[in-house]
Amino acid sequence: MPDIGNVLLEIRGLTRSFPGVKALDAVDFTLRRGEIHALMGENGAGKSTLIKVLTGVHKKGSGSIKFEGKEFDASSPMDAASKGISTVYQEINLLPNLSVAENIFIGRQPMKGIRIDWKAINMNAKNALAKLDLEIDVTLPLSSFSTAIQQMVAIARAIDIRANILILDEPTSSLDMAECKNLFKTMKRLKDEGMGIIFITHFLDQVYETSDRITVLRNGQFIGEYKTAELPRFQLISKMLGKELEQEMVSSGKRAEETPSQKEPFMTLNNVEEKGVLFPFDLGICEGEVVGLAGLLGSGRTEVAKLLFGINRPTGGTMEIDNEPVAIHSPRHAISHSIAFCPEDRKTEGIIPDLTVRENIVLPLQSRRGFLRSISRKEQDRITDQYIELLKIKVSGREQKAGTLSGGNQQKVILARWMAMNPRLLILDEPTRGIDVGAKAEIEKLIFRLREEGRSILFISSELEEIVHTCSRVAILKGRKKVGEISGENISEETIMTTLAQEGTGERL
Amino acid sequence: MNIVKKKRSLLNPGSSDLSIIYPLLAFIAILLFNLIFTDGFFHIEIKNGHLFGSLIDIFNRGAPVILITIGMTLVYATGGVDLSVGAIIAISGALAAQLIRPDYVKGILEYGDQTSLIIVLLVPLVLSIILGLWNGFLVAYIGVQPIIATLILMTVGRGIAQLITHGQIIVFEHAPFQFIGSGFFLGLPFPVIMVILLFILTWAITRKTTLGLFIEASGANPLASRYMGIPVRMITTLTYGFSGFCAGLAGLIITADIKAADANNAGIFMELDAIAAVIIGGTINGGRFSMAGAIIGALIIQSLTTTIITRGVPPQVVLVFKAVIIIMVALIQSKKLRDQLSLILHSGDRPS
Repeated sequence: MPDIGNVLLEIRGLTRSFPGVKALDAVDFTLRRGEIHALMGENGAGKSTLIKVLTGVHKKGSGSIKFEGKEFDASSPMDAASKGISTVYQEINLLPNLSVAENIFIGRQPMKGIRIDWKAINMNAKNALAKLDLEIDVTLPLSSFSTAIQQMVAIARAIDIRANILILDEPTSSLDMAECKNLFKTMKRLKDEGMGIIFITHFLDQVYETSDRITVLRNGQFIGEYKTAELPRFQLISKMLGKELEQEMVSSGKRAEETPSQKEPFMTLNNVEEKGVLFPFDLGICEGEVVGLAGLLGSGRTEVAKLLFGINRPTGGTMEIDNEPVAIHSPRHAISHSIAFCPEDRKTEGIIPDLTVRENIVLPLQSRRGFLRSISRKEQDRITDQYIELLKIKVSGREQKAGTLSGGNQQKVILARWMAMNPRLLILDEPTRGIDVGAKAEIEKLIFRLREEGRSILFISSELEEIVHTCSRVAILKGRKKVGEISGENISEETIMTTLAQEGTGERL
Repeated sequence: MNIVKKKRSLLNPGSSDLSIIYPLLAFIAILLFNLIFTDGFFHIEIKNGHLFGSLIDIFNRGAPVILITIGMTLVYATGGVDLSVGAIIAISGALAAQLIRPDYVKGILEYGDQTSLIIVLLVPLVLSIILGLWNGFLVAYIGVQPIIATLILMTVGRGIAQLITHGQIIVFEHAPFQFIGSGFFLGLPFPVIMVILLFILTWAITRKTTLGLFIEASGANPLASRYMGIPVRMITTLTYGFSGFCAGLAGLIITADIKAADANNAGIFMELDAIAAVIIGGTINGGRFSMAGAIIGALIIQSLTTTIITRGVPPQVVLVFKAVIIIMVALIQSKKLRDQLSLILHSGDRPS
């Protein structure tokens, strides 16, 4: 346990409203020196808003923030960082066109006289990443790396600022297990050096592995502060949800139902290959079947999804839908074959932040009908309301801008958009990333319901537990190659792990 | 869920609707100024069944800018900009004049048979559309930045227009064609009628269908839009084609009005007026557009010009005035500035 007392940050009665919603309602939060403090709550509970008010992204409404005993009011994240609060936001906020090293040091470049000391920048960047056990060419543009590595770069930048308080908002959502371990090691080291760390995550395991204390928010209100060791998981979840939870919802291991073998194949891939991206592989998806794609980041999971959805085109092999050969050449074409795709990166590929929730939901439906046959406003409203209710999307109304929703709710809007299309194949790429326990259970229920209706689902996830729980067949990818397929009784975290562990370590790429 | 009722005020109009209230206020302010200081500004009289007066004149003089503003609004909403409209105006006008007097450039002053009006209108318009589509092709399919892609035609286009006229100013007489620029229909100048028709047409295709929403989505997040099955590239290309069409139309009006094609000066800097009008109108570069706002923006610019001229101020001051007005409207539109203003105004009830 860390030393108690020694308060670093004291927030009292913090309130902040947005048009239509009270995002924070008299929230208290206390952070001590040398502690990792988990901030927990469902989607839209106010976690990210609290962080954004603290770091000057949003102005505070009322209440007090004291940092090292003094009144604290940051005018911008830059200002907050210079005053000692360094942040990794939920969505990666770096500059994709600049190099990795530039991203780590922008705004505080080491200078040599009047010019930037590039040698030092590249050197220091390398060192900063080495602390997270990451060895990459720091002179390459950030955009040439995967989401996971970009996230690691954002973390490296935040850590390197050497602040008194480090805020990590969903830092692990796209990291694999080894990367998480490295991050936690670094967090522990920083904590021992006396830094206070605010840690937001939806992974309960990680909360219990790393944190000393937990503060729970619900609907923008302060529920309580607890010592991690004294708060059982079960209680934590019921505090987050504000209701008693059935035990089985949290416990894992419930096997998905067996797929009866007589199901009709919806889509079949034979020897499909994308040169330089994916080695030739076979994959079949039946009607009413949930097929999982397991593998580490960069193993080719997303690439398979992009092939199926026509974003990328195969260089070899054949695809069949309903036993008829097809060559899907664009997302539009894929949609006309009743395929839907929930992408991994919701910020750049999913949500249209300037448009309303309603527009974000009806767009694909409208696009399939063509622009001349408008869906009536009444019908649009009906569809929107239906999915807001079904997915429990937290909005102030249909006409709220999608960009103002919390991350998890944006994900739900994207899900709603595709469900409204009633697709025959729904490809879900990390659909539960950054989503709370309650919403995860809802998405799982939806997947089961779609399966009952005879829809096919391709489910991609880094969480093996989820894959084991929902899929009746799992294809395992490694190094852009399909290395195994398991089904029915054989699906378990162990079999997936052993398959992945075969032939050397599970290195990325 | 805590739902707080939205408070609406002048500093905080509804967040969902693109407010055209600020450009409208600016326009009204200019009209009020004239009501007080310029005699007879609001005076409209009927001569030979035609309406005359400063107000009508603003619409009439402003017609070319309003036309290209309509096209520019859509291009701007896709996240682009079209710098070539001024050059397309010159090309369209030069071509029309050349079609009317094909031998003029050879020094033959006699007219041959009168060229059919259909040809004089159709050929320049089709060429303008092709030029616009070329811009769109460069932007959407080749991936050239809009400002660069259209800069090419902005530069080359005027050269093409000069090649058509052989560097001369072609003057002509062609009664049916001149009607486009200076005729009257239902008491209104014909350019004004064209503006009204084009506005209604554009409004209907973009807002009565979902094309407008597709344009906004394509501009706001092209990748996500593509993943939703919206043909982003085609839509982008078509908006540039439409902008070319609008510019071609403006070129015909200008040429028909002055009965001459001046490849050097026709439509010069007009693209900048149109861009300013679009921005004043509150359209987002890559996102929501407001056609009505943009047209009010164009009217603001034209009424400023007319006001200054009717008040006898040297026309060279007009440009400075335009700049000041654009800055002011842009500032008022900034949500950040409005928030600060309302904070200052309501500092009394702000909790400490």
